[in-house]
Amino acid sequence: MKVAVVDTGTANLASMLAALRRLGVSTELTREAARVVDAPLVVLPGVGAFGAGMGRLRECGLVDALAARVRETRPLLAVCLGLQMLTRSSEESPKVDGIGVIPCAVRRFPADVGGSRLVVPQLGWNMVEPRRDAVLLQPGHAYYANSFQLPAIPDGYSGAESVHGVRFVAALERGPILACQFHPELSGPWGHALLGRWLERGRAC
Amino acid sequence: MRVVPCLDVDGGRVVKGVKFQGLRDAGDPAERAAAYEGQGADELVVLDVSATPEGRSNATDTVRRVREVLGIPLTVGGGVRRSEDARRLLDAGADKVAANTAAVEDPSLLDALATTFGSQCTVLALDAARRDGGWEVVVRSGKERTGLDAVTWAREAALRGAGEIVLTSWDRDGTRSGYDTELIAAIAAAVSIPIVASGGAAHAGHMVEALRAGASAVLAASILHDGETTVGDLKRALEAAGIPIRR
Repeated sequence: MKVAVVDTGTANLASMLAALRRLGVSTELTREAARVVDAPLVVLPGVGAFGAGMGRLRECGLVDALAARVRETRPLLAVCLGLQMLTRSSEESPKVDGIGVIPCAVRRFPADVGGSRLVVPQLGWNMVEPRRDAVLLQPGHAYYANSFQLPAIPDGYSGAESVHGVRFVAALERGPILACQFHPELSGPWGHALLGRWLERGRAC
Repeated sequence: MRVVPCLDVDGGRVVKGVKFQGLRDAGDPAERAAAYEGQGADELVVLDVSATPEGRSNATDTVRRVREVLGIPLTVGGGVRRSEDARRLLDAGADKVAANTAAVEDPSLLDALATTFGSQCTVLALDAARRDGGWEVVVRSGKERTGLDAVTWAREAALRGAGEIVLTSWDRDGTRSGYDTELIAAIAAAVSIPIVASGGAAHAGHMVEALRAGASAVLAASILHDGETTVGDLKRALEAAGIPIRR
């Protein structure tokens, strides 16, 4: 079973592709809406700015296809900006609409917390604390590279949280949908295992 | 807190010198990378120190080979002069790219990298040498002093969009006399982006000093390449000193 990785032209895909190869799956890069709708497993990676990322999804006509996958609870892995773009909006690009299928808004980390300065971007490892009803997510250290974050797990999702000055969403999950603020493809053996569980869950659909 | 092994790579091999000179062979990059991840490295830096175009294309191939086996973040620096250079390294498997000499010569390179690839991907490699009352930026592998104040440059780089600074003390590089903690503290006071301390580590005690001085991560090369210690030993010692580590 091939994994379709959404290629919007600027995200750094090599790490994700290498991680999937290490799990023994073959991958295809796509920017076709029909593939994003039909493929059994889809990965939406993402680095860079929210506005630019949404602009490219719109150019490629992928916004509706991605929204449909989430609404229909079909296997999708979204990473970092990929997660953020599923929401309604982000403080990073206030005039740009997100895909809007996850009902929340992305915020910047505060500049300081309790009078002490917060290091932003968060670049490094942080503890992931899954909620009790999480299935795919397990506790462990994950690698983050983000300046923006979702403040709370929205209704209809399980997930996990981490703390960087403030408590924020580490990841959301609902069935075969997994949306991570951290980078599972860069999170060592823990991330490798999480990707493996998502693949297994997705293949069962 | 991150422990970050650094591979200086020339012609497809890991090399290491003292004060950026006198390079000697220290193994295969992909084998080293996999070994360090296995020991618990939190991240890896690959610096292309080759001076020739042939060396450059080897470096891209090295990044590709390292990426294939590496499941932790990879920063690549050396020869990043334009956005296209960054693109080439990112396509080969880098997660972050570090600019050094070219950013000093044309600081707008940092704006371009941050705009195109994001701040989380844009690293400033800052090599600093002591001078009266402070530090100045050195470039071209330490061969050239610029007169530019290191603290001023760090601040400007952060404003232009650099998301991290790999801060190397030219005076301490390869000497095993400890990181320049005054330099780390001066830069940490000037910027709120993470600082990776580099140059001078001999043991975990030096790393504790760097982290307490304001570094978010500590880089080490020769003590690891020479097999004097392992990442695992360093992290256990850091934990014993009260520094939270990733298991």
